[in-house]
Amino acid sequence: MNYTITHLKQLESEAIYILRETAAQFEKPVMLFSGGKDSIVMAHLAKKAFWPAKVPFPLMHVDTGHNFPETMEYRDAFIKEMGAKLVIGSVQDAIDAGKIKEESGARASRNGLQTYVLLETLEEGGYDAAMGGGRRDEEKARAKERFFSHRNEFGEWDPKNQRPELWNVFNGRKHFGEHFRVFPLSNWTEMDVWQYIMAEEIPLPSLYFSHERDCIIRDGVIMAVTDCLELLPEDVPEKMTVRFRTIGDATCTGANLSTAATLEDIIAEVAAARQTERGTRADDKRSETAMEDRKKAGYF
Amino acid sequence: MTDTSDLRSPTPDPYLSMDLLRFTTAGSVDDGKSTLIGRLLYDSKSIFEDQLEAMETSSKARGDENVNLALLTDGLKAEREQGITIDVAYRYFATPRRKFIIADTPGHIQYTRNMVTGASTANLAILLIDARKGVIEQTCRHAFIADLLRIQHIVVCVNKMDLVDWSEEVYQNIVKSFREFSSRLQNIVEVTFIPASALIGDNIVDKSTNMPWYQGPTLLYHLESVYVGADENHVEARFPVQWVIRPHSDEWHDFRGFAGRVAGGVFKPGDEVQVMPSGFTSKIKAIYSMDEKLEEAFAPMSCTMTLEDEIDISRGDMIVKPNSPPEPSQDIEAMICWFSSGKTLSGRGKFLLRHTSKEVKAMVREVKYKVNINTLHKIEDDLEFKLNDIGRITLRTSAPINADAYKKNRITGSFILIDEHTNETVAAGMIL
Ligand SMILES: Nc1nc2c(ncn2[C@@H]2O[C@H](COP(=O)(O)OP(=O)(O)OP(=O)(O)O)[C@@H](O)[C@H]2O)c(=O)[nH]1
Ligand SMILES: [Mg+2]
Repeated sequence: MNYTITHLKQLESEAIYILRETAAQFEKPVMLFSGGKDSIVMAHLAKKAFWPAKVPFPLMHVDTGHNFPETMEYRDAFIKEMGAKLVIGSVQDAIDAGKIKEESGARASRNGLQTYVLLETLEEGGYDAAMGGGRRDEEKARAKERFFSHRNEFGEWDPKNQRPELWNVFNGRKHFGEHFRVFPLSNWTEMDVWQYIMAEEIPLPSLYFSHERDCIIRDGVIMAVTDCLELLPEDVPEKMTVRFRTIGDATCTGANLSTAATLEDIIAEVAAARQTERGTRADDKRSETAMEDRKKAGYF
Repeated sequence: MTDTSDLRSPTPDPYLSMDLLRFTTAGSVDDGKSTLIGRLLYDSKSIFEDQLEAMETSSKARGDENVNLALLTDGLKAEREQGITIDVAYRYFATPRRKFIIADTPGHIQYTRNMVTGASTANLAILLIDARKGVIEQTCRHAFIADLLRIQHIVVCVNKMDLVDWSEEVYQNIVKSFREFSSRLQNIVEVTFIPASALIGDNIVDKSTNMPWYQGPTLLYHLESVYVGADENHVEARFPVQWVIRPHSDEWHDFRGFAGRVAGGVFKPGDEVQVMPSGFTSKIKAIYSMDEKLEEAFAPMSCTMTLEDEIDISRGDMIVKPNSPPEPSQDIEAMICWFSSGKTLSGRGKFLLRHTSKEVKAMVREVKYKVNINTLHKIEDDLEFKLNDIGRITLRTSAPINADAYKKNRITGSFILIDEHTNETVAAGMIL
């Protein structure tokens, strides 16, 4: 008798195990939901993990205010269908309240501000574990991340002194004021995520599929023209046929020229890709250890 | 659903029928582990252009002559500054035949616990030896740990062959001295030797032209084709309950599902089961993977079970089969690896013990011996566990745990000890 399951089934089973451990080990967990494909897959797995009961934690969106309208529509429909509670941490509100100051100029990014709002929203809600869709294959600092990643009372990560994580035994114990980040998709690659979306027939925001829109090229990156992108005099918007490989803040997520209109097309494209999906993220290009620095400070 | 994936027969979508191999690196500091992983990814075209560009830029900035492939896994600032690996990095790649999860671990003795972490989930270890240095203390230590954690397949890569003029004699001497050491290890089923140069790329993905005397496979070929029988135990049925699902909805009013991940054996609807530690018996009504009803569930599947009878079951309990129950016990004998740099273990320490989904208090009753990793001899005169020490202890727990021998089941045979004051994981344990 041959009892084996495919690697996708193994990844699914592992993620569901992590989600259940999180629900069991923490008093008040919350799941980060950005409307991107990774958080969509994670939320889909949460549905599976607790079915036929509802997911026993709320979803949280850290809203930079720089959203593609398509993402917001998708988010609201998804959460409604799931019957989950949505918590919103708003970067715009924090700016308006004078708690944080926005970077200025055309290349300003709200990424740093996102961390502040994330930590504040976690603290206000008393959440002791935040699940995120981060994958180790995304970036070299992420490759070092644990499934259960400890954060001190300032929300900081200490990469040199992480708890050893053995077998499938997870230690989520913490002191008052500390919290954990949990990454159920740690072992997934971009390809795994796409294959899973296809196998499970999970609907996605339209941005992931090829479409025509006004774009500009800045520092070699194709940026969609949206209400929140400040145009410079030299920027000349042009109609391009593009799709997004990741969806984040609309001001720092680059698009790719692509005619991939179906999941099959996308998978073929991912298989042939010579750039990582974060290759189009302006925020990672700021320095060699930009991601590690942001993560240490509490970023996802 | 029993899914037999035959590597040779063409399937419509190979991606959906690939199997998974988890492997780890091991060996002393600077033997070339990270470089080897970088080379494996680079030569198998698993590195993206932007990653390569970033590596080229940092290599130049550091004044390295060639592209430093170790920078691919040494992602932390502190690692790049010192040129060593500090914590495990996980990397992924796939060939048309297999999907791989790699744990690149540190060789420095100070970070041995991170090597143990990487090894705990691996099915195969690549043990590197610097051809100039041969088998040294840290080689033995890591081979011993791999064996202790029950990694059954070892590939010994004799690396830096370029620095010994590709000498067959040097290689053969190392093979011989490693064999002498490894004959004393217990769990290792298979050892394969490959002479290589991670820096230049010989015998990693492409066959070496510098060592015509070597007729064996390249590293990648071996990784793709080695038969690694499932690690799971499919005989003794074990289902640790993680979470009880009670929907409280009109539609599912009476539903009480026990959610968890199968740790051993095969469960089918209709099977007679027993709940540990209460001992009550019942029958499986249904097994669900969400709304899909499964015909059977086995390790490592996550699922939800319902039973015919209303019995009290909560997290920490284990559903088993009455023909092969584990032995609930409060007296545990185990090998442990000590992880705390701040605290030592001497005499009786009190801890929290976490075993599958159960947490109990535990007291160390006796330290039997520590192991001298180099000689594999017992140390009986110094019984204080310091960082990275390995040895045998007995424990008394506040409530019975459903213990299996680690040799039989890696999931139900392992535990961690947690310091109640610092919340740190201070030791990893393998039940004897
Ligand atoms: N000549 C030669 N040098 C090599 C070879 N493989 C690795 N090196 C060099 O050896 C040094 C150490 O390599 P790493 O890959 O960082 O070693 P490591 O085993 O990962 O070290 P730790 O992770 O810190 O234990 C680097 O300078 C490499 O360029 C090889 O095959 N030949
Ligand atoms: Mg290394």
